[in-house]
Amino acid sequence: MATTTKPAEAEGKRVEVSIKKALGPGDDKVHTWPHLVRAEFLCTVIVLLGMILWSLAVDAPLEEPANPSRTPNPSKAPWYFLGLQEILVFFDPWHAGVTLPSLIIVGLMVIPYIDINPKGNGYYCFEDRKWELLTFFFGFHILWISLIVIGTLLRGPGWNWFWPWEKWDPHRVEALTNIDLPYLLGFRDYFWSAVFGGALVVGFFVVGTIAMYAWVIWLKGQEFMERWGMTRFILTSFLFLNMLAVLIKMLLRHLWSIMYVMRTPWINI
Amino acid sequence: MNWWEDLKQQITESPVWKSIFRHGYDDTPRNRVLMVSGNVWLHLHPSKVRRHATRMRFTWCMGGITFLMFLITVVTGIYLMFYYRPVTQYAYADMKYLEFDMPFGVVMRNMHRWAAHGMVIAVWLHMFRVFLTGSYKPPREFNWVVGVILLVLTLLLSFTGYLLPWDQLAIWAVTVGSNMGRATPVLGHDGPFKELLGVNPIYDARAFLFGGGEVGPATLMRFYILHCIFIPLVTSLFLAVHFWRIRRDGFSGPAL
Repeated sequence: MATTTKPAEAEGKRVEVSIKKALGPGDDKVHTWPHLVRAEFLCTVIVLLGMILWSLAVDAPLEEPANPSRTPNPSKAPWYFLGLQEILVFFDPWHAGVTLPSLIIVGLMVIPYIDINPKGNGYYCFEDRKWELLTFFFGFHILWISLIVIGTLLRGPGWNWFWPWEKWDPHRVEALTNIDLPYLLGFRDYFWSAVFGGALVVGFFVVGTIAMYAWVIWLKGQEFMERWGMTRFILTSFLFLNMLAVLIKMLLRHLWSIMYVMRTPWINI
Repeated sequence: MNWWEDLKQQITESPVWKSIFRHGYDDTPRNRVLMVSGNVWLHLHPSKVRRHATRMRFTWCMGGITFLMFLITVVTGIYLMFYYRPVTQYAYADMKYLEFDMPFGVVMRNMHRWAAHGMVIAVWLHMFRVFLTGSYKPPREFNWVVGVILLVLTLLLSFTGYLLPWDQLAIWAVTVGSNMGRATPVLGHDGPFKELLGVNPIYDARAFLFGGGEVGPATLMRFYILHCIFIPLVTSLFLAVHFWRIRRDGFSGPAL
């Protein structure tokens, strides 16, 4: 037995040496079996055990049978969509429910193509890619996660705001003090109010894009902008301004009760 | 212990063993490579990986946990399918039947639901980790796109499953969650420019999804088929692409 294994071992060792030579001195590779498979196996066992214990301890919710004639108040979407449902406070459903989710999906997909920073590939760091990370924190943590928390925990009957220590009172009276921005600024005529609103929305994107252009030039220089290219820049600024618009409309609504910045017979923004 | 060694040798050198495992039993570098490359499941991995790719501090193991959650929902989901009928008269009764009459019924249902929530959380954390380490950068750009598709599929899997218990929580969450279909520009009967195609409450984007103007028996059947057959199949295809691409491109890591 001992005599038969030794040549195999020696042969195996030769194989490893030749691979290392082929890849050069900087190679830090280890065998998947057992190093990675062991970690995965342990992780599987621990997570499975946790899942079983959790499932034994906590029952999945099951309410009374479905009744299409009795709408619960509040009616909430599944928790992972509550960020979008919360955005319904600031935008009409066509934007909060259709355009914005599409922009989120497209925006996530184009990330690798608009980010041309070669640094920070494959390691944790903040300094090398500050702006990318800050944008992601803004979109993922500040907008997506915090809106889900608000929609799940702080919205009660009538989608009114209830602090955790307040009772969910379905009869609470909320003053409807919302006002549209053109009306607030004195526009009473329907046509001119729509023109003003349209100019405001278009202006936001035009001025925003120009401001972002100037800012990138100031921050990174002309050479970077040429490398980045117009397509990437326009795409990035359009997505970023849409993200910013959510924050702006949130502030307008929460601080000054301003509902729409643009009103037309077809769409409101 | 000589008989033990003999038995081990007899087994590992028998024609049956060798027909299944095509490499030796000893812990040699050659066998370590063959263990991975000669196994259909393990060969999703390359036979050697960068050292840091095995560290949980780097990967958080979140991609793996997402896949594990998917597998848990597949196994528990098949068990649930044995007892569940996607018909409005029976669906809710079958949930109670599962809860009170079936062996392990309630645990299976709990695990299915918590694993589904866990999968959503794990896939978000996985995406967050991949962003933090910049692992979407060349040559892995397209695999990030595949990952975003898988993220959407995960949410759709969870959302279609939400309706199946056919309780108040289910139909109203799905009603609210799909109201956006009603508001789709041009294609929804509540959306902007709805006049262009003449859509109405029983003939628009949401009615196409629901099989009618509101959540009803047709919706339950549609969501059941989407949840149990269509979306899991599509997800499996994209998972295969996702894993295969990782295998080809290797784990991301700092340049050597």
